[in-house]
Amino acid sequence: MSSLSLAVRNSTTMLRRNLLHARRYPSMTLNLLLTPVMLLLLFVYVFGDVMSAGIGGGGADRSEYIAYLIPGILLMTIGGTTIGTAVSVSMDMTEGIMARFRTMAISRGSVLVGHVVGSVMQCVASVLLVGAVGVAIGFRSTDATALEWLAAFGLLVLFSLALTWIAVGMGLSSPNPEAASNNATPLIFLPLISSAFVPVDAMPGWFQPVAEYQPFTPAIETLRGLLLGSEIGHNGWLAVAWCLGLVALGYFWSRSLFGRDPK
Amino acid sequence: MPSSVMSTSSRGGVPQPPAAVSAVGLRKSYGDKTVLDGIDLHIPAGSVFALLGPNGAGKTTAVKILSTLISSDGGQAQVGGHDIATAPQSVRAAIGVTGQFSAVDGLITGEENMLLMADLHHLSRSEGRRVTAELLERFDLVDAAKKPAQSYSGGMKRRLDIAMTLVGSPRIIFLDEPTTGLDPRSRHTMWGIIRELVSDGVTVLLTTQYLEEADELADRIAVLNNGRIAAHGTADELKRLVPGGHVRLRFTDPAAYRTAATVLRQVTRDDEALALQIASGGSQRELRSVLERLDSAGIEADELTVHTPDLDDVFFALTGDTGLPHQTGRTSRTSQTQEDVR
Repeated sequence: MSSLSLAVRNSTTMLRRNLLHARRYPSMTLNLLLTPVMLLLLFVYVFGDVMSAGIGGGGADRSEYIAYLIPGILLMTIGGTTIGTAVSVSMDMTEGIMARFRTMAISRGSVLVGHVVGSVMQCVASVLLVGAVGVAIGFRSTDATALEWLAAFGLLVLFSLALTWIAVGMGLSSPNPEAASNNATPLIFLPLISSAFVPVDAMPGWFQPVAEYQPFTPAIETLRGLLLGSEIGHNGWLAVAWCLGLVALGYFWSRSLFGRDPK
Repeated sequence: MPSSVMSTSSRGGVPQPPAAVSAVGLRKSYGDKTVLDGIDLHIPAGSVFALLGPNGAGKTTAVKILSTLISSDGGQAQVGGHDIATAPQSVRAAIGVTGQFSAVDGLITGEENMLLMADLHHLSRSEGRRVTAELLERFDLVDAAKKPAQSYSGGMKRRLDIAMTLVGSPRIIFLDEPTTGLDPRSRHTMWGIIRELVSDGVTVLLTTQYLEEADELADRIAVLNNGRIAAHGTADELKRLVPGGHVRLRFTDPAAYRTAATVLRQVTRDDEALALQIASGGSQRELRSVLERLDSAGIEADELTVHTPDLDDVFFALTGDTGLPHQTGRTSRTSQTQEDVR
């Protein structure tokens, strides 16, 4: 068997294992979805009147704020889901089963590939769930074409892949699952300092560059542009560049951590 | 050096059987702590080899290196005819490993664990199901097959662990402390399992801290202490290292214990248990001489037992009298103790 087909076959097996875990123990994934859903409901129904006054030059109504909010909430959902990835990678590394995998004639990276593909699939499922909540409370895409929907989906997948690889690195570098969960917390809190909830213009001047150029903002702005027809500008390229950069960083980081001798 | 006495390396041109595992000068250290200080192994195909030693002797490290889990700092080894450093993937294809900590996926069921292994060994779906059913039956896990592995008892987990190792029909099996933490009944079950493996012609390298276990199961035994092989040979050969066994005297009065230790001179002391060991074949004459010396000093032992030689004697003689690893003065202490025993 060639090394590529071996890798594909082993990775498929590992993916099945990860999906089995996710199906058998859905509580962790669902818990991680609580944060974005709670924030969505909080900002729409509790803060909604104040928040909608702050966008679109004032005078916007609540439904416009829902439209503003959803893209950021969807990307936050991805961040939250990948925390689960960091935890399950770390759990694997602390279990004896990893020693078994390492002493079997299987493709070495298949364990990580299984996690990555599984995580991206979970991210997509989570985005669909949270997106459905968004639609239920009144979110509608204004004028997205089929191509724009496809691009939006592509962006979500690419963004999931980027955060997943970073989460895998975090999982591998953490000594235990609890630490992995803590280390991966920024993945769900970074959206709070992006343009997800309020426009960057509304933030203090010294902070605007941070908010504007962190990975979430360009991705959120691009998603907004695709679904709601707002100006994308340079954010499209920035978002793709961030994603590819994070994928490369996470991949090489994870690979070097995984290649080390286990303790 | 005791190992020269028992050396299994070729002498006088006697041809060796083909080795399933052979190693020369394996070394490993973590920081400035040397864990393996140059060990040589030669394990004939189809035999059971036991690495015997106290905690921290380097047993697990040796298994980890030979099973390609970690790399060595020096030395060479071949497993199943493949070099562990240059052809690790070929080594992995030939071996099965059951580590000290259960290598099962606790989140999925026992049956799913087995099917996972079948998948990774590229068995077809029907073949995988057949092997799984067969091994679950053989290891008495049929009733628990549909339950998550994390709910299993220690003995069941260990059985599942070995069953998973067997899915790929490995020719060489590493078992790192297969019975540690098991109750006596599970331990005997495990012994039966290991004996069965051997009757199938599989080579087994097991580590243990139990002398009885090595004696029961192994064709050859290497005593590992402080990262070095202190001796190796068959159980009988090792027992010959301590001809005659010993007499053990136990005291409750520390003063009597100390006086006895001075009076009897050639003794091995166990200060914690207040017990003395005197090398002795247990003959009437030898016993009388011990008792006379105690009488003349006016001491009475609270308990006297005569031991015929067993692996315990070898073990204590080679690894220091308490069986604990000694960081310093190892060499002198070991040879000193051996003198005493002889």
